[in-house]
Amino acid sequence: MSQLTDTDVVTAEAASAVAPSDQAKSATRRWTRRILPPILLGLFIIGLWYLISFGVLDEQRRFLLRPPHAVWTVGFANWENFSEILTGLWSSSIVAFIGLTIAIVLGISLATLMSQSKLIERAVFPYAVTLQAIPILAIVPLIGFWFGFGINARVTVCVIIALFPIIVNTLFGLLSAPRGLHDLLTLQRVSRMTRLRKLMFPAALPAIFAGLRISAGLAVIGAIVGDFFFGRGDPGIGQLLQRYANRLMGEQLLAAIIMSSLLGVAVFQLFGLIQEKAIGKWHEEREAEF
Amino acid sequence: MVKAGALSFANVGMTFPDGTEAVQDVTFDVAPREFVTIVGPSGCGKSTLLRIASGLLRQTAGEVSVNRERLGFVFQDATLMEWRTVRGNVELLAELQGIKVTERKRLAAEAIELVGLSGFENHYPKSLSGGMKMRVSLARSLTLKPPVFLFDEPFGAVDEITREHLNEETLKLFEREKFAGLFITHSISEAVFLSTRVHVMSARPGTLVATFDVPFSYPRSPELRFDAAFGELSRAVSHALLEAHS
Repeated sequence: MSQLTDTDVVTAEAASAVAPSDQAKSATRRWTRRILPPILLGLFIIGLWYLISFGVLDEQRRFLLRPPHAVWTVGFANWENFSEILTGLWSSSIVAFIGLTIAIVLGISLATLMSQSKLIERAVFPYAVTLQAIPILAIVPLIGFWFGFGINARVTVCVIIALFPIIVNTLFGLLSAPRGLHDLLTLQRVSRMTRLRKLMFPAALPAIFAGLRISAGLAVIGAIVGDFFFGRGDPGIGQLLQRYANRLMGEQLLAAIIMSSLLGVAVFQLFGLIQEKAIGKWHEEREAEF
Repeated sequence: MVKAGALSFANVGMTFPDGTEAVQDVTFDVAPREFVTIVGPSGCGKSTLLRIASGLLRQTAGEVSVNRERLGFVFQDATLMEWRTVRGNVELLAELQGIKVTERKRLAAEAIELVGLSGFENHYPKSLSGGMKMRVSLARSLTLKPPVFLFDEPFGAVDEITREHLNEETLKLFEREKFAGLFITHSISEAVFLSTRVHVMSARPGTLVATFDVPFSYPRSPELRFDAAFGELSRAVSHALLEAHS
């Protein structure tokens, strides 16, 4: 494998001399194939948006869908308006972050306990599923009753929403370590802790990260939803959305929606990046790339 | 009790809780520096025998005596930790034994060299071929300097050429490390090529039905496979195997 003959070296050099221009060409092709279609679709949607704003809606009803340039000038280019949106977004991000952190600690701890004892797994799992099934709206009054109507309640909503994927993915990951490796460790008579630390946790990492990615997105949604019901303290983006809608401030409403969506996308991408940094070196991605 | 460095089975039987009788009345010994192979078709209980030898399973009948100190065990697949590099995987067992970092680095480097993977220390398993993964698995057990080395059909999943190479390297390791080897396979030529003795196992419930001493001296060259005596012995083993399963 390591013995290269002279001819091998020559062809390798020849190949590397040709490669750059080829690479540039294929990069351009990849760009046109992957980046261009969504841009074209985006332009089409903006066109449609204009068509509806100016073609379908008459002037009295145009507040229902402000044209894109109005959204830009009022929602984004006006610093006073835009900074208000950013402040709300920041406040919601903090809520989502705290909620997610609590959900991670709680979820991974619970899943670890469940992985150590079938009894605990059987006892806890139905409640984890129930937690997932609870309609948040149904327990809003209870959350307010217990945690007040400020940041504590908003964080609680995030935790409830984000917890389940972390529990399920972590548990699945912990139990996914191959039997052969378990046998290998059994032969070495390792302790339960060593097995958990050296085998089950590392084996669980890909699944844990998959869960984190889902939960991070859910935590952002949780923070915004929580805002609608528990608005005391710093107004989050959810509060702003409600206010803009009530006051028919269409431009700001759309700008705030766009920014909330961007926050969700950014969080999803961020966790993808963390995952890549943490386990990309050794983990083979088996699912399709998005 | 048998003396240290050896393995001994006396009338060993294994019946699983569901009533399946996997192994019945198996008796054989492996002396130090002996390489014993058990051949049999899939599902005859060979692997069960090896799991009993390793202590992963406890027999339901008979006596087993194995020197399990620093036991070498190579599984059917490489069973590598995909999050560890080649070096990390090879160091694992020494690490679990609590051997100091400098010493286990030395042991790992030596074992990696022995299996011919120098230069691949920092590769992760995902970038290795099946044969290379098997070498890592061999190296991992070698770090223990095992007096007894168990092989559970280790080369069943690799292609024929890789398999022959790995056979030759297993021989080299055996000649150099002087362990007592117990090897499970369904390949007759692999069995004859490696072993000092070949046992033929019958269908489930598995028991040993024929024994062949392999007269060829070590070190053995790959050319041995084309020797007339090698062919004769392989044919005899093959006949015994067919007879046991007809």
